[in-house]
Amino acid sequence: MNNIKVHLESLNIHFGKTHAVKDISMDFPENSVTAIIGPSGCGKSTMLRSLNRMHDLVPSARVSGKVLLDNDDVYGKGVDPVGIRRRVGMVFQKPNPFPAMSIYDNVVAGYKLNSRMVRSEADDIVESCLKRVALWDEVKDRLKANAMTLSGGQQQRLCIARTIAVKPEVILMDEPASALDPISTLKIEELIEELKERYTIIIVTHNMQQAARVSDYTAFLYMGDLIECGETKKIFTTPEQKQTEDYITGRFG
Amino acid sequence: MMRSVFLRNAKNYLMTGMMLAATLAVLIPLGLIFFHIMKMGMSSVNLDFFTQIPKPTGETGGGMANGMLGSLLMIGMASLIGLPVGIFGAIYLAEFGGSKVSTAIRFSADVLSGTPSIITGMVAYTLLVVPMKGFSALAGSVALAMIMIPIVLRTTEEQLKLVPGSLREASLALGVPMWRTTLRVTLRSALSGVMTGVLLAIARVAGETAPLLFTALGNQFWGKDLTQPMAALPLQIFSFAIAPYEDWHRLAWAGALVLVVVMFGLSLTARYFGRTRTGE
Repeated sequence: MNNIKVHLESLNIHFGKTHAVKDISMDFPENSVTAIIGPSGCGKSTMLRSLNRMHDLVPSARVSGKVLLDNDDVYGKGVDPVGIRRRVGMVFQKPNPFPAMSIYDNVVAGYKLNSRMVRSEADDIVESCLKRVALWDEVKDRLKANAMTLSGGQQQRLCIARTIAVKPEVILMDEPASALDPISTLKIEELIEELKERYTIIIVTHNMQQAARVSDYTAFLYMGDLIECGETKKIFTTPEQKQTEDYITGRFG
Repeated sequence: MMRSVFLRNAKNYLMTGMMLAATLAVLIPLGLIFFHIMKMGMSSVNLDFFTQIPKPTGETGGGMANGMLGSLLMIGMASLIGLPVGIFGAIYLAEFGGSKVSTAIRFSADVLSGTPSIITGMVAYTLLVVPMKGFSALAGSVALAMIMIPIVLRTTEEQLKLVPGSLREASLALGVPMWRTTLRVTLRSALSGVMTGVLLAIARVAGETAPLLFTALGNQFWGKDLTQPMAALPLQIFSFAIAPYEDWHRLAWAGALVLVVVMFGLSLTARYFGRTRTGE
């Protein structure tokens, strides 16, 4: 097993009176893909979004327990969520490129919006990031075109390029392929496989085949509880819990 | 069977006819106003009108150049005061506001935009004209700004709320601080809608007369000092139209025509901005 990149210790998340994530402790190993599966509303997206403090924007959300990123407490006193988010990037369910920006500007958006752009570096960043998400050949002749002219699958790869451009350590993916067609989904899955060499990837998915295909580790959540987690192969072949088996064999959920 | 089809068709025609009549009832007065003003004002809109100040009583000719300059200056000042307050207030409401404070601010803005503009003029009179011991363009600008703020506030807030949350999240997830996200992503995305609101607010105050009666007062000469009374186009129309001289009436009609055309142009521009937003 690789080093532990992210460590959760009795993580609890409340929205007002709803207890969405209940006392979860688990580890996410470095340079690997961990899938979080479970039926709708089980708290998997909620848990994912707590890892880069996206809940800070929701006034009713309350996070307790510990989230450690390389032993740094993500929710520690005086920790700047902006700094955390630079280390923990995120890809969303629906592709969300910036609609007023070109393809080129979208890739370097993280620098541009922060006014940290060095012009001479921009071209290199754009080219290398687009190559890594296998989008370069498709768009290299129209980098100045609006990002919304791309197809959904291309937009999602652009969003991944935008995320890796700011050099995060961890990439969170919230059902990154659920809005895409099968071919685009396949491309995203291949991409995830390649990205794990450099990043720690945590992916929420509804699609159990996808979890089985792309992940090294799998965690099964149900009603806010962590039912079981471990190596993907083991979870999908010899799960310890009856609930896990019922879910992955499609008996409920 | 036949009877019911006939009845349905009859009802259909009746209702369509009523709606057409209602539409015409809205359009006819607008057309009448426009054509009447055109007829009465067109002959007096000439170069002098845009370059001369009013001639002393008894002399013919002259124009309303000072009124137009005054209107421009005061609308400019009012925008300088009103737009930042309105836009930043809207950002607070849409992006940061707690529910209770926001409700109170929204309610106040709605009441304020429903307040008769003469009351706004009286407030500015009490706040500025009395302590400064004199009518001034500054007081007029403040009165106009008070009318602009609620309009800009509410339209900007609505536009900011239309920006999908996924864009804010995309920016935040890249490690962009909230304030930069608000300015460079959220406000940027809503910009054309915000511009529409700003232009409509300007169009609204460009024609306001009542709040200026107690504040800017009006001026027969070139007034460029913001601490002194200043002419404004609507004020001049008002005072010239009630004067007993035929020549002044002509100028008032010309002023009305210019004002209507300017408002028409502002509304068209506002529509244009609104259109580019929705990508039509």
